[in-house]
Amino acid sequence: MRHLLSIADLSYVDALSILDTAQEMARVSDAPVKKLPTLRGRTIVNLFLEDSTRTRISFEAAAKRLSADVINFSAKGSSVSKGESLKDTAQTLQAMGADAVIIRHPASGAAQWLADSAWMSGSVINAGDGTHEHPTQALLDAFTIRKHLSANSGDLRGLSVAIVGDILHSRVARSNVLLLSMLGAQVIIVAPPTLLPVGVESWPAQVSYDFDSVLPLVDAVMMLRVQQERMSDYFFPTPREYSHYFGLNRDRLGFMKKTAIVMHPGPMNRGLEITAECADSARSVIVEQVTNGVSVRMAVLYLLLAGSPTSPGVAI
Amino acid sequence: MGTYLLTGGNLADGAATQIYIADGVIVEVAPKILHPGAAIATEIKVDGCILLPGFVDLHTHLREPGREDSETIASGSRAAAKGGFTAVSAMANTFPVADTAGVVEQVYRLGQATGLCDVFPIGAVTQGLAGKQLAELGAMADSVARVRVFSDDGECVFDPMVMRRALEYVKQFGGVIAQHAQEPRLTQGAQMNEGIISSRLGLKGWPAVAEEAIIARDVLLADHVQSRVHICHLTTAGGVDIVRWAKARGIAVTAEVTPHHLLLTDERAISYDPVFKVNPPLRTHSDVMALREGLADGTIDIVATDHAPHPAESKECEWQAASFGMIGLETAFSIVQATMVDTSLMSWSDLADRMSNAPARIAGYADHGQPLDAGSSAHLTVINPTASWRVDRDLVASRSRNTPFHGMELPGRIVATFFRGEPTVLNGALVRTVEGV
Ligand SMILES: [Zn+2]
Repeated sequence: MRHLLSIADLSYVDALSILDTAQEMARVSDAPVKKLPTLRGRTIVNLFLEDSTRTRISFEAAAKRLSADVINFSAKGSSVSKGESLKDTAQTLQAMGADAVIIRHPASGAAQWLADSAWMSGSVINAGDGTHEHPTQALLDAFTIRKHLSANSGDLRGLSVAIVGDILHSRVARSNVLLLSMLGAQVIIVAPPTLLPVGVESWPAQVSYDFDSVLPLVDAVMMLRVQQERMSDYFFPTPREYSHYFGLNRDRLGFMKKTAIVMHPGPMNRGLEITAECADSARSVIVEQVTNGVSVRMAVLYLLLAGSPTSPGVAI
Repeated sequence: MGTYLLTGGNLADGAATQIYIADGVIVEVAPKILHPGAAIATEIKVDGCILLPGFVDLHTHLREPGREDSETIASGSRAAAKGGFTAVSAMANTFPVADTAGVVEQVYRLGQATGLCDVFPIGAVTQGLAGKQLAELGAMADSVARVRVFSDDGECVFDPMVMRRALEYVKQFGGVIAQHAQEPRLTQGAQMNEGIISSRLGLKGWPAVAEEAIIARDVLLADHVQSRVHICHLTTAGGVDIVRWAKARGIAVTAEVTPHHLLLTDERAISYDPVFKVNPPLRTHSDVMALREGLADGTIDIVATDHAPHPAESKECEWQAASFGMIGLETAFSIVQATMVDTSLMSWSDLADRMSNAPARIAGYADHGQPLDAGSSAHLTVINPTASWRVDRDLVASRSRNTPFHGMELPGRIVATFFRGEPTVLNGALVRTVEGV
């Protein structure tokens, strides 16, 4: 593995190896000295051409815990429409000797495009490209589900996960459908028909318009952020009607299995897709998802840059 | 002017023939030329080649005036000649827009000055391609350029009242409206064909219905006002069905398909390489098959290139930021041979019809698309159907390199092109260079 661009590029073995490595990394994070010398002297660039403080600092923390040098390169909104800029940026980063570039970009395919271009020789990690994919988010979600619900720390066979909300525009949904189904989970997509992509029937997931009938069946409910501006494009009539049919609230919490968990990739629209009560309930693992994000991203950086998929324990 | 004797070739129907050309005209076509002038004519041996009427493109973006960095009328004419074309139709979306007699006359004159092929300007339907007010269609029709084809290509004439009036108005001089069928509201921000691939790639979808809804509306409008409508670059199976239905009803509709839509599918977008980004977008395999069938059975009248040059910086970027369009003049013939003739869907005579006779007829280019008979203007294309070549974007005559066929091995070579009785291409190479190219 040289890049991490899309879950679609990962094999089952790759995915499990990332999750297992992340488990080792979590131990580092729990230790009094939260640092490994593994990537000392390596340069990692956080290239964020779209706003996302949470993902950026998660990657930054992961890189620093592996002792890498981190350069933050944020140019939110700057000349994204001027295509030339990404080429120029890539050449600049190459000249600076970047070993890896973590890219967040508003255009779908930007990470793959950067990796395929001849302008950069380092590893490329996709931290979210347009409405395409967000592979490390899916990996941290799978890690979180496994930690809570899987007895044997293997894959996710036997588990059922609902992904609820704006599937059409969600890179988190695309990556999660691919990863969770690859790991053996049954995935149920829940959304109004307007927020489902054409051809969704070809995805490895079931589709439902009826949230209430799905709730008792699943072990995890993953709520997706719904942007208010979707309303002006006629995706749904009003935020109130959206919440009524597709929001997670106290009543719906009651329909869930006793052991089922509530997830959200953040940032949340409290009151729209999820009530504060649900977000802060005992079933919510939303804060823990953030913690797990650092471990998973450490694992990805480690596997891409340190080369060998052996336990990091050897390297300590 | 020179005199030429072509020997060793065959006509589209397979008959072995010689052709004697003098003073810009085909003087004699016979297995053995008897005309005394042939004895002193320059002999050009075209053994094993097929002689076809010079190709006519009804949809070409030459970018001049305004974007001479990506193409000029001179460089576009060179690309056309190399591709076997003797007439091209310059689309109106230049800077300034070709919406006045002055601009179309300038384009026409630059074409004549280059002298490698006829460059017939297409006039804008509406002022500034804005879709609001009709451009001075009469003045463009009366100009030296004698414009008969009008199009806002790049933009759809969306307002049904504007479209109705345009269709009616051009009847007085036998004009035709060439429609870029794209419902703008259904395609806001659209990036590629809407389907399984667009959903997987997270690129905003361009539904087939956005094209088909406009085609359906416009054939009905053309029927109502008893005028002619031409559908640019048809791409969907549903669009083929609508045109087939309209023709069966006797509606005066004609349609074109581009070479790239006859060969490529939306799967090309998986690479996120913007060289495959085009308007209208590449569609699915079943659409491609329906387009081929429609072209073969005559539902689709012609092949048109939609040659759309773009500078490197418009394509060396992420998909969403890239421009729409691909160049196609130099590869058109080979793609049509590969997809239509080598697949036995069409004969060489059919190819001559779709690439020469029919487009000339639709646009009213009386001097072009004539049969290869004594007395016809000597616009000829000589092709070698058994040769093959590898497309190299660094070797194109066009100023731009945005060909989606780079690296492909294609059948059929343009051996020679004759424009008004003089060769513009011989042995596959341009005969002379043109200043300013
Ligand atoms: Zn067009």
